[in-house]
Amino acid sequence: MHVSPADGKAPHRVQFRINGRQISAELEARVTLLDFLRDRLHLTGTKKGCNEGACGTCTVLVDGKRMNSCLTLAVQCAGRDITTIEGVALSGDLHPVQEAFISHDAFQCGYCTPGQVVSAIACIAEGHATDANSVREWMSGNICRCSAYPQITAAVLDAAQKMGG
Amino acid sequence: MSIGQPTVRIEGRSKVTGSALYAADRYPDGVLHAAIVGSPVAAGRISAIDTTRGRAIPGVLRILTHADMPRLGAIKMPAAITHMPLQTDEIQWEGQAIALVVAETIEAAEEAVPLVKATIASAPALVPGKGRLEAAPEGGPFMAKGTTGDPARSFAAAARRIEQTYLQPTRNHNPMETSACVAHWQGDELTLWDSTQFSLNPVEVMSMAFGIPKEKVRIIAPHTGGGFGSKGFVWPHEVLAAQVARMMSRPVRLHLTRSQMYSMVGHQPECRQTVTLGATSDGQLTAMRHDAINTTSIADTHFEAPATATRTYYASPAIDITQQIERVNLVQPTPMRAPIEGPGGWALESAMDELAIELGIDPLDLRLRNFADKEPFDGKPWSSNRLREAYAEAAEVFGWRRRHEMSKQDGIWTLGRGMSMASTFCARFPSAARVRVQRDGTVVVEGSSNDIGTGNQTAIVLTAAEALGIDPELVSFRWGDTNFPPAGPVYGSSHTMGMGSATRRAALDARRKLAAHGAPMEGPLDLVALMQKADVDEITGVGKFDFPDGARASFNGSGTAYAMQTWGANFVEIGVDRDLGVLRLRRVVARYSAGRIVNPLTARSQMIGGIIWEWGKATIEASIVEPRHCRFLAKNLSNVAVPVNADIPHDAIDVGFVDEFDPHASDIGAKGIGELGATGIAAAIANAVYDAIGIRVREVPILPQHILQGLGARIPSG
Amino acid sequence: MRNFDYAVASRVEDAVVADGANTMPIAGGTELLNWFRLGIAAADRVIDIGRIDGLSSIETEADRLTVGALATLNEIGEHRSVREHALALSQACLAAASPQVRNRATLGGNVLQKTRCAYFRAEAPLPWGCNKRVPGSGCAARDGLNERHAIFGWTDACVATQPSDPVVALAALDATVEIHGRDGRRTLPVADLHLTQEEAASEGLDAACSETRLRPGDIIVAYHVPIRRGLRSAYIKVRERASYEYALVSAAVAVTLDGGRISQIVIMLGSVAQKPWRLTAAEQKLVGQAPTRDVVLACLGESLKEARPLAHNGYKIAMAAGAAARAIATAVGDVR
Repeated sequence: MHVSPADGKAPHRVQFRINGRQISAELEARVTLLDFLRDRLHLTGTKKGCNEGACGTCTVLVDGKRMNSCLTLAVQCAGRDITTIEGVALSGDLHPVQEAFISHDAFQCGYCTPGQVVSAIACIAEGHATDANSVREWMSGNICRCSAYPQITAAVLDAAQKMGG
Repeated sequence: MSIGQPTVRIEGRSKVTGSALYAADRYPDGVLHAAIVGSPVAAGRISAIDTTRGRAIPGVLRILTHADMPRLGAIKMPAAITHMPLQTDEIQWEGQAIALVVAETIEAAEEAVPLVKATIASAPALVPGKGRLEAAPEGGPFMAKGTTGDPARSFAAAARRIEQTYLQPTRNHNPMETSACVAHWQGDELTLWDSTQFSLNPVEVMSMAFGIPKEKVRIIAPHTGGGFGSKGFVWPHEVLAAQVARMMSRPVRLHLTRSQMYSMVGHQPECRQTVTLGATSDGQLTAMRHDAINTTSIADTHFEAPATATRTYYASPAIDITQQIERVNLVQPTPMRAPIEGPGGWALESAMDELAIELGIDPLDLRLRNFADKEPFDGKPWSSNRLREAYAEAAEVFGWRRRHEMSKQDGIWTLGRGMSMASTFCARFPSAARVRVQRDGTVVVEGSSNDIGTGNQTAIVLTAAEALGIDPELVSFRWGDTNFPPAGPVYGSSHTMGMGSATRRAALDARRKLAAHGAPMEGPLDLVALMQKADVDEITGVGKFDFPDGARASFNGSGTAYAMQTWGANFVEIGVDRDLGVLRLRRVVARYSAGRIVNPLTARSQMIGGIIWEWGKATIEASIVEPRHCRFLAKNLSNVAVPVNADIPHDAIDVGFVDEFDPHASDIGAKGIGELGATGIAAAIANAVYDAIGIRVREVPILPQHILQGLGARIPSG
Repeated sequence: MRNFDYAVASRVEDAVVADGANTMPIAGGTELLNWFRLGIAAADRVIDIGRIDGLSSIETEADRLTVGALATLNEIGEHRSVREHALALSQACLAAASPQVRNRATLGGNVLQKTRCAYFRAEAPLPWGCNKRVPGSGCAARDGLNERHAIFGWTDACVATQPSDPVVALAALDATVEIHGRDGRRTLPVADLHLTQEEAASEGLDAACSETRLRPGDIIVAYHVPIRRGLRSAYIKVRERASYEYALVSAAVAVTLDGGRISQIVIMLGSVAQKPWRLTAAEQKLVGQAPTRDVVLACLGESLKEARPLAHNGYKIAMAAGAAARAIATAVGDVR
């Protein structure tokens, strides 16, 4: 590790897997995973909504677990497997959750949608999409100001059923 | 797929895959990051700004203040704010931009912001409640002051009268996307990727600000992450980004923080309304009076016009409206879903319920008894109105007439039922579209339309397909770029009427050109065969929807022989937890008279969205102003709440439309619906609270503490 | 935020260099990053304790449940053993924040979160007095908009509350917290971890800034929850929206019944003081009684009459009564 003369805080060389690809980067410690994904990698599907962990638009999967990327330092994710919305349907077909969102009209402006989809995939994997009340509670970490909530709940339930979850 | 059939959104794939691009998703080569430094006080003059420490941060290129910024041309509407930040040393609201940090990375820019120190001679700030009252401005589309009949005499003649005051606090739109733009000059031409509800507005304002012809301004805005009114007009950060990009000779991105959504763009202002209703003992309104005050900024006038509801809602022989504005040191307010009748309906539909109770009449019967079969003030016939059918259907589905037989308790929940009318204005704006029939039989529609999630692209595709008599699968739409024909705004529930009409006219224009090759003017077309006969690559039709004498807008049917409004019937059931004060939404039935519904799938989502907005207004939302500092106490999403999924029942909001075709509002029979769902529900909720526990709340949000206080809950004694 | 050094600790011993000012520990980071962004804290160095082995497990022994400080709120909330032996803790963990935050927020970090007071949580530079942010500058909430502030234990220097949900449940369950410090290990009752402003002042400490009994370098490593046969517990959180929001008031109850009468009970209130607030007088009255609604409310009154509301938060007294009564009823199984 070399010391950057500019401010004395050594940059960190970090490796992770992002959407299945090995990525290596040199980063200041203060860079959030969110800003790294968007500003450096231009994976702009993950959105910045509040930058304080209060809205969920920045939701990504880290080792399969959903979390707010605005509350995670990129350096903390060294060695981890990160999935963003861009990595949800790599083959070109839509994920069942994505298809359900379309058929149930579970979005309007679309800004919270990547976070909703990633969150829903995890919600189903966690076993929390068993019934409507569970979905409503376990999807409450993703705010939708267009207020598509009933449609989102219907989409998650539908996708869970199709996935056998 | 066809008009009237539920159709999935054409842009759905791009949204669910994250490939839809919003303004802040653009990173042109060499782009710089800008961050705003806001004023720490609400009023005063800057005497000095020390940028030394900020400029020393590695990666920071410049920190600009009013001393650095070139003078702009005078700007006015559609710029919301004429007191442009960084043009003078005067501060008029807390958070007003006073400096702009420009850096290579967002981290460097944000690090510098708190290091910029301004020395400000503060002045006393005008806070809401203690501001400067003025008469509301006249001459606009919404009545500031007006009288019909003889209110004084009619009130005197009333058997019963109620007079009450209703309050609602400032609330912020808080779309999920904070406003953002990326500005890029190439020579004297500006490209602005912008987060906007109406691309032509920043075109106009950039032209004013920089003294350049409109043709030199290109706005690219295919996706806007929610607007609700906050991105309708043009805000200072958009101009600042363009200014800085020109000064730095590099593209500049400016993505407002969530906190800046409270100080760099507007909000729905605080409204204080007094409604007086006089009626005969069997419920015929004899007189209505509605006084309203809304706050506005020091330099600019936002007139919320809530009392306009009383102009159109009911058949009363005497109506008196007076409205005022109160100047305060906050950022300029702006329309918010739903404006005008959103606040107005909160007050009036609460007052009507109080009158019904006073008279011992079913609240639904009171509405029916006073149904306005023409515009109450000027007597114009409605362009269409099936409100009575809406009331009948919604009441039946809800079981309104059987509500007294329904259970009053469900476990810990004490149940209440309430109803109200929904109604909102009808705004129409000019639009233009182009329809390009391709050799292969497919069709491309073009227009500069913005997308905030209303589903307008799909409606436009369906409209073009219907006009051409073809399968909508053959039609695509290119939007979101001012290089395309100028579409109207996506606000005021207006887009479907304007752009739908323009699209239909353009399609019919193409059809007329195809007639030369044998196409009939009605019925299905075989475009492949026709284009083969024509043997050209493309046949283009153009269409414009506009108004006689070039009017910029038509509100409520102005310029026509008709009055235009939309209506609905709201029925809600809520639960009150008497021990904790908590409220929960249990079910809603709403039916609307709102013209022809182009796409029932997206229309349903719009109405549900509006209802949830009103739930938020009624029970959760407030942007509280700290009175000693004249600033919002909390400027974030952690201390300012909006509804979450768990607040909303997933299968108990039942919305629908009565079948209707309005031939006067638009070519396609449609009116607007985006805001209608967000009128009246807050009052229905307060009415339901009264039904549940006998407490009348006249101030929203109805928080648990208000329920407990109303119940007289006190410490139990031992 | 400013940049900082970042190092990963592999052992707890490496983490005790964190002094909580220039060097701060980070685990989930769900609080720390916001502190940096708002100017609540500004460290030169951050030590990541999130990868230390052995601190995230949840173990059940015959007489106690041990929850590692790095266990996340979701892990704890959904753990079978926690649900069986410490239901209030499970409920409190799952009532906190959002699923995403709960996947990172640790029990060690959660109890150390700072107040949600809006005056405290403003972006720097603060336009008003806040003795926590700028010692000696005053308390804007004291005579300001204090709807969400304390009704117990406050002083004129600070009227903030501790917003953690799990800490209230841990206190009601008589849990202890194990701390690894520069001088080795020690254990405290969770109920004694935090200080009210009054307690701090009475001990000669800065009333606004002394929030816990942790010393510089202390790292929470585990919690121990006694397992008691027949113990029932519940956590009730009152807020205006149904999820993803801090409490206005909360209540945790741990109770044992004998023949339908209360033999032991602990009642803790959350978000009414700068620590979980125990309703001792109410508990004493309730022992030996059948917990009917009237009896419960009357007994609660014995503790709640000691409340010292501010100008705008008197409603919290009735709300606390409702929350505690609901928690008791839920714990004994009387609420569906």
